[in-house]
Amino acid sequence: MSLSNILIFIGLALVSASLLKGSGRKPLLLIISILAIYWLQPATPIRNLDFWLPTLTIAISVFTWAYTRQEKGAVSKADQKTALLITSVILLISLTRYFFPLCCLTVTRPPEIFQIIVLIMLVVIITQTINHWISGNKNLIQTAVIKIIVLFIFLKTEVLALWLSTVLRNFTGQSVELATAFDIRWLGFSYVAFRLLHTLRDRMNNRLPETSLSNFITFIIFFPALTAGPIDKIQRFGKDLDDDFILNPNQILLAGKRIVIGIFMKFAIADSLAIFALNSTNHLETQSTIWMWVLTYAYAFRIFFDFAGYTQIAIGLGMLFGIQLPENFDQPYRKSNLTAFWNSWHMTLAQWFRGYFFNPLTRALRSRKVSIPVIILFGQLGTMVLLGLWHGITWNFVIWGLWHGIGLFIHNRWVEFTKSRPLISNQKVAESLGVLLTFHFVVLGWVWFALPDPSDAIHTFQVLFGGGA
Amino acid sequence: MNDNTSKTNLWRLLIKAVILFILFNLIFAFSSPQQILGKLSVYNSLVPGRERLPFGENPAEAYNLSLYNLEAMFSSHEISGIDKSENEFRVFLIGDSSTWGFYLENEDTLSNILNRSELETAEGKDIEFYNFGYPTISLTKDLMILDRVLEYQPNLIIWLVTLESFPYEKQIFTPLVQQNPEFVKPLIEQYSINIDPNSELFINETFWEKTIIGQRRQIADVLRLQFYAPLWAATGIDQYIPDEYKLRAEDLDPIDDYYGFAPPTLSRNDLAFDVMSAGIEHADQIPVLIVNEPIFVSQGENSDIRYDFFYPRWAYDSYRQLLATETEDNGWAYIDLWQAVDNTEFTNSAIHLSPEGSAQLADQLIPKILEIINN
Repeated sequence: MSLSNILIFIGLALVSASLLKGSGRKPLLLIISILAIYWLQPATPIRNLDFWLPTLTIAISVFTWAYTRQEKGAVSKADQKTALLITSVILLISLTRYFFPLCCLTVTRPPEIFQIIVLIMLVVIITQTINHWISGNKNLIQTAVIKIIVLFIFLKTEVLALWLSTVLRNFTGQSVELATAFDIRWLGFSYVAFRLLHTLRDRMNNRLPETSLSNFITFIIFFPALTAGPIDKIQRFGKDLDDDFILNPNQILLAGKRIVIGIFMKFAIADSLAIFALNSTNHLETQSTIWMWVLTYAYAFRIFFDFAGYTQIAIGLGMLFGIQLPENFDQPYRKSNLTAFWNSWHMTLAQWFRGYFFNPLTRALRSRKVSIPVIILFGQLGTMVLLGLWHGITWNFVIWGLWHGIGLFIHNRWVEFTKSRPLISNQKVAESLGVLLTFHFVVLGWVWFALPDPSDAIHTFQVLFGGGA
Repeated sequence: MNDNTSKTNLWRLLIKAVILFILFNLIFAFSSPQQILGKLSVYNSLVPGRERLPFGENPAEAYNLSLYNLEAMFSSHEISGIDKSENEFRVFLIGDSSTWGFYLENEDTLSNILNRSELETAEGKDIEFYNFGYPTISLTKDLMILDRVLEYQPNLIIWLVTLESFPYEKQIFTPLVQQNPEFVKPLIEQYSINIDPNSELFINETFWEKTIIGQRRQIADVLRLQFYAPLWAATGIDQYIPDEYKLRAEDLDPIDDYYGFAPPTLSRNDLAFDVMSAGIEHADQIPVLIVNEPIFVSQGENSDIRYDFFYPRWAYDSYRQLLATETEDNGWAYIDLWQAVDNTEFTNSAIHLSPEGSAQLADQLIPKILEIINN
């Protein structure tokens, strides 16, 4: 999201709040979210993909909604109206093709309208099929989970993404020789996928209440949280949506404060640090230990201010629309151990993994009478490696995940070991040492994260510890 | 907090914010603190100073950028952080991109090659060379820099020139000059230089352009220069040098026109000798060595008409003649090194040198420098 995007969203929130006074807020929020995902979708070299990707996001969300319905059969009138509204907005966006470039929402001209109508019809048919044959069937919901994970793997694996790009280029008649793994830049899909998986898993565990199509789609594509989180839960989000909301001056003040802080963190601090933060080029050019540390620290703070800044903006924008998004960061670099760090860094993602992977895995292992340390080891390693892979299916993210998994395991064992024999009696000293150690463990972990090739990271470690080339 | 209190607070906040915003902009516009802000620099304190003036067309890869705040530029230069010792003899090099070292690492620039020679004066003082070249071609830009470097106590100034820096048309064409009229105009007026001080090419900012909003680009550039400091310190890189680039043109167009001047000769008044004269006069007691810098001499198509991409033969020959006469008549120290470098040692332009080319130029220049210093 750029600064102008944010300002326009603020303006939209204020205008809609003053015009609607509560009624019509939900459909308006849905419409704005749909428009936003088309507007924010970056350009791709594949023809019309910047239109098709947001459309697919909506289509997949609609399918998932159908999967998670509790009963088979016809949908309610309200949901039918929502479907009509979504269709109308998409068709309206597609009509900008005829005003292009005078008026446009998408980066490039939308495709021919008949193609869009065909796709919409296809989505309707598939949704109806799910509604009538699949809804409520937990075994078949499992297949939806698998499909989303497979799609996720395709997008995050370089070779598969390249193959997908080649296929799409073939389809559009574009040169396949120019295909790259970065052609398919699907706005917010990482977060969309996690929200979809959350609803499917909760449905399977009977924790998902019946949700209207409107609430469901708004939850999945809620624009402030689309690109960088936080990852909310639909149960909580739905309550905010259903509550009456009238924007009052106090909320504007609070939201404004969050947005201003977020803008400063992201655009002033993070973007400035990005100029000299560690990256795949400058680490090779730096042979001095001290400066390599400076670059690495800069990366650590840059990633924090970037991410936390976006979260502040998302929370602030959410407040203007009556949605209280969950907090995502709580001074993570001031935590005295790695477990506390992961309870305060990208909290909603960590909670997601804890809820949908770590807890089920450890429960399963416990039932097989595996020893506690082994359960913790497997649980931590598995969770953190998956968390790494979520950023991209490459070795550097695997190693980053292992780094943190091992760190968490060691911390867990350390806590057990020192429970009855504390090594440092002075609590303040122990706390300070813990902060210093944890911070540097995390900072060094970012080296794996920042550099795409593990050999680059090894070179960087060599320089960091005085063994430059 | 009830709604009414919140509403009042919101309005208060907005009004305060607007008032402060207007106030800060007005104060900024009235005080024009850009040059003072430019002096606030992390260079020479947190990080070493740069060895040449900031210039960069591709900041993300060059770790350097072009900006027009002279104070910020000089504050980032190593000269601002070095106190002159009793035993130091300071030599400043001014000139265009070839002096700055386009497509040359810092260690291969003319000033650094000269430094590696570890020259000493007859009295045993260490001769230290400093690079003040800047990659645009204009004697007036050089004059502006010369004026600025005098405060750093040079003992000798070496002014590398080429014909392309002489046409009046070129004098205030460079953005660095256009953006700094407050430094250039007084020099034009003081030395009655044949350049219109009221030219529209000079950027004379309106009041609104002097506000923070109007100056946001310039302020951002000064800040970005500071943020590139760690990368400069970490890597020593201040220029993006591609692995491959297009070499200077060998085959040339058969054009013998030069800035509207036609053969057979240029006249003295066609070239900005008054700017050069002003520079030497402005340097006062500090000797200035004029160097006609090397050029590439093409052997390709139409090389009978032109020496290279820049110069028709007649114009360049005429210029050399005029420059020799002018320096001799005025008693200026001068050396013509137009063919001091092998043709193979020019890189992407007819004046840009390879490391070996710079070394060849330094070899030719050193005896003349020592001659001036020791006489």
